[in-house]
Amino acid sequence: MKLLSPRVAIAIGIVASGALAAASSCSRAGDGPRVIDGAGATLPFPLYARWSSEFARVDTTVRVNYQPLGSGAGMRQTADGVVDFGATDEPMTDEQLARSPIPLVHVPMTIGAVVVTYNVPGVTELKLTPDVVADVFRGAVRRWDDPRLRGTNPGVALPSTPITVVHRADGSGTSATFTTFLSQNSEAWRADVGAGVAPRFPVGVGARGNDGVTAYVKATPYAIGYVELAYARQANLPVLLVKNRAGSYVVPTLGSLDRAARSALKSVPDDLRFSIVDSEDEGAYPIAALSFLILPRDSKQRARAEALARFVWWGLHDGQRFAAELDYAPLPPELVARAERAVRGLRAEGKPIVVGDGAGAPSP
Amino acid sequence: MTPELESAYSGRKLAARAAKTASSVAVGLALLPLFAVLAYVASQGARALSVAFFTEPIGVRGAGMANAIVGTIELVFLASAMGIPLGIAAGLYLAEYASTPLARAVRFSADVLAGVPSILVGVVVYAVVVVWMKQFSAFAGAAALAIVMLPLVTRTTDELARAVPDSLREAALALGAPRWRTAIFVVLRTAAPGIRSGCLLAVARVSGETAPLLFTAYNSRFFNESLFDPTSTLQVQIFTYTMTPNDDWHAQAWAAALVLVALVVVLNVLARRVLAEREPA
Amino acid sequence: MTQRALSTPPRLPPRSLRASVEGNGSSVDRAFGAVGAGAAGALGLVLVGVAASVARIAWPSIQATGLSFVTTSVWDPSRGTYGALAFVFGTLVTSFIALLLAVPVALGVAVFLTDLGPRRLQRPVSSLVELLAAIPSVVYGLWAALVLAPILRTTVQPALAAVGGPLFSGPNVGFGILCASLVLAIMLLPTIASVSRDVLRAVPADLREGALALGATPWDALRLVVFPHARRGIFGAVLLGFGRAIGETMAVAAVVGSRADISPSLFAPGYTMSSVIANEFPAASSELHVAALAEVGLLLFVVTVAFNVAARVLVARSREGSPRASQAGAGSGGAA
Repeated sequence: MKLLSPRVAIAIGIVASGALAAASSCSRAGDGPRVIDGAGATLPFPLYARWSSEFARVDTTVRVNYQPLGSGAGMRQTADGVVDFGATDEPMTDEQLARSPIPLVHVPMTIGAVVVTYNVPGVTELKLTPDVVADVFRGAVRRWDDPRLRGTNPGVALPSTPITVVHRADGSGTSATFTTFLSQNSEAWRADVGAGVAPRFPVGVGARGNDGVTAYVKATPYAIGYVELAYARQANLPVLLVKNRAGSYVVPTLGSLDRAARSALKSVPDDLRFSIVDSEDEGAYPIAALSFLILPRDSKQRARAEALARFVWWGLHDGQRFAAELDYAPLPPELVARAERAVRGLRAEGKPIVVGDGAGAPSP
Repeated sequence: MTPELESAYSGRKLAARAAKTASSVAVGLALLPLFAVLAYVASQGARALSVAFFTEPIGVRGAGMANAIVGTIELVFLASAMGIPLGIAAGLYLAEYASTPLARAVRFSADVLAGVPSILVGVVVYAVVVVWMKQFSAFAGAAALAIVMLPLVTRTTDELARAVPDSLREAALALGAPRWRTAIFVVLRTAAPGIRSGCLLAVARVSGETAPLLFTAYNSRFFNESLFDPTSTLQVQIFTYTMTPNDDWHAQAWAAALVLVALVVVLNVLARRVLAEREPA
Repeated sequence: MTQRALSTPPRLPPRSLRASVEGNGSSVDRAFGAVGAGAAGALGLVLVGVAASVARIAWPSIQATGLSFVTTSVWDPSRGTYGALAFVFGTLVTSFIALLLAVPVALGVAVFLTDLGPRRLQRPVSSLVELLAAIPSVVYGLWAALVLAPILRTTVQPALAAVGGPLFSGPNVGFGILCASLVLAIMLLPTIASVSRDVLRAVPADLREGALALGATPWDALRLVVFPHARRGIFGAVLLGFGRAIGETMAVAAVVGSRADISPSLFAPGYTMSSVIANEFPAASSELHVAALAEVGLLLFVVTVAFNVAARVLVARSREGSPRASQAGAGSGGAA
């Protein structure tokens, strides 16, 4: 006995799904909130996701859809013009900017720490010098009880198991920051691997995004990888202490990130493309990353550009207070001022965009 | 029977029994992963399913996947709206003009297109549609799925319409029906249950397609409000959450997998019933 | 006009009307033909369009790298070096191992469904195998990453490592060539099983009956009569499976370990052509990188098309005029 003939069931299914789809596409069309799309770095994603939720409350006319696909995606897709903004932890190169079909502007938004994290049962504190870190990640040091690891960690019971390196498989600003740091501190690394968003690691397993690397390290005993601090904290993974330029082992904290940023402020170029990695300050965390948004200098869609500018403005001011609880360091005020100038310079359809100097005040 | 023959025969019987056992073992081996996958999806998924899963959009932690569910349905519906009519028209043409050079070339193209890895369809739709519209969109995702669907629907229609006996065509034409009426009201109608079933299978197939959506429909944290905005889908969201260290997100991925598998299984069962309606077993 | 009215057709000359009516219909008929031809042509255009756009995007890389693209394995986008051999290697090795594992099981299932299994079990088993084919690739990826890989890491790979040899050496992560091959094997199985089943079914019944009447056991009939007859079709089914394995993306991307390297070890992480496109295409920020990925795509296109065409020719020849069967084949081509 059939309760429902297939024909009727299919008809119901089609009508229902059609209605659902139509309802979803039409319900809030018209004067509903405007969605602006962004893509890029996974490093600041927890913060940007929070900003997206918080900003939706402040300004109900804008929704920010940020997708963490890696800094490489941020650069590529913004240049292709398929998203409204990109995010990257590594400034684009002159060559990349020159080849982009549309002129782009960098705006620093937040400061994160790239940390080396590991999964060695029973070990929660390790200290290493940058050249040893480089040798681990290029496969020259292969076991956890290598004398070079034991050298800086007397008293730590290191097992004789092989080290499994986990690295990024997508284009990543986290990789760029990390490999820039290693290149500056190890000749062998500079010769073997070099620095960049998609370097070729001589050993290890690749994973997608900060999430992917964290997942692999967490799931694999005796693995080592590099991720943003917030990801390591969320996953309860330990953070390796790396010796900085001044010779001290500095824990990544808001304070040590702030010092890294401030020490780099002396020489900020006009287009704001600069790096805060490998600071000489003795209190600075060495692998600090400045995370940028990449925005089109002149947008073709005024309403979108204005909505985006409001979001960026809000992020530079009110948004900064969410940074600390998510393990990011707020921008120093001097840098916020420089960033403000960059946002004020944005244009839409050839004319300047008006951004309020308050908290995301809607423009007239 | 001589002893040699006897032993030879019993040897063959032994071999036959061994073969039978081996084939049963093979069935067991084949079904083992099926049950392993389904058991995990069902148990982990059911644990993570909640009302919020169906009503709340994707959030920072936990929350639901309502926007992804809507997105998947929307894309499948749109893709079907593009792919099925075109596929049936093309398939009917192939069957009715079976031996023309165009028909042969297109039939071959359909076979080739069915074998093209779907990730390449995503690459092409990105390069053509997304870059041209300067926007990731539900529309681009649906177009990619429609391309995946097109050869399946075309070939099913073609095969089934060609299987309609010529005598039916001849009779219709002899009664004075024009060719187009014959094709639509005789050939298509005769083949309809099979075609409907084939279309449902094609719909089921694209409901799970992920690779073509990565660079087209993209992803979104919000309900899709326009065909020309990106949309989240269950498929892409499962893939995203697979690659995370977070147990909440894994639970969400299992729940999404359960919903997706349920959708696909229902479509498959429907396809079978549509067929069974016509030709009782 | 209903079909019932037509069920006893008048006798007409046996010549097929399909080809003969062209050109002498009414204007509506001509319009009908034009619409159909348009739809069919659109399909052809889509295929040509896909091939042409992939080739066009790939062109700068084809020019820049030439033959070294397929003969070298250094893939270093940061330094602008592109050699795709490691992806080709990873794709072929994972697909080949998957076939090695899947083919015997799939053939066992196929003969169970046609000859050796109890009749009352054949239908449910057949449905279950088709269900196996219906589960989306991304769900297999989820399962493989969260369930299979940990089992490999904690249990299977340590056991294999105890056996020793270059195949079973190196770091044990769980994610890698072995894991990708296993999940591929699971995904290929239903394709190969159902196409082989159709091929075996298409073997004329009198051959089987003849053998059985001569006193052959069912296995003898299979071995001596059915298999030789269906050999080509089964080979086609295997090729079809291979074509599917090569294009499979999501499940492999989740577990293959994403590393462009050629290693003899099955535990080693590797990379496949489709998964490198999934991982790097959205993030490739230089023109040459995009082009190189498209060239990987072009290679993938050529290889899958070659396998699929060969497979279809073989399968079609071994079971002419069995529409249900080739329909199953058509439905199992591509990959997610």
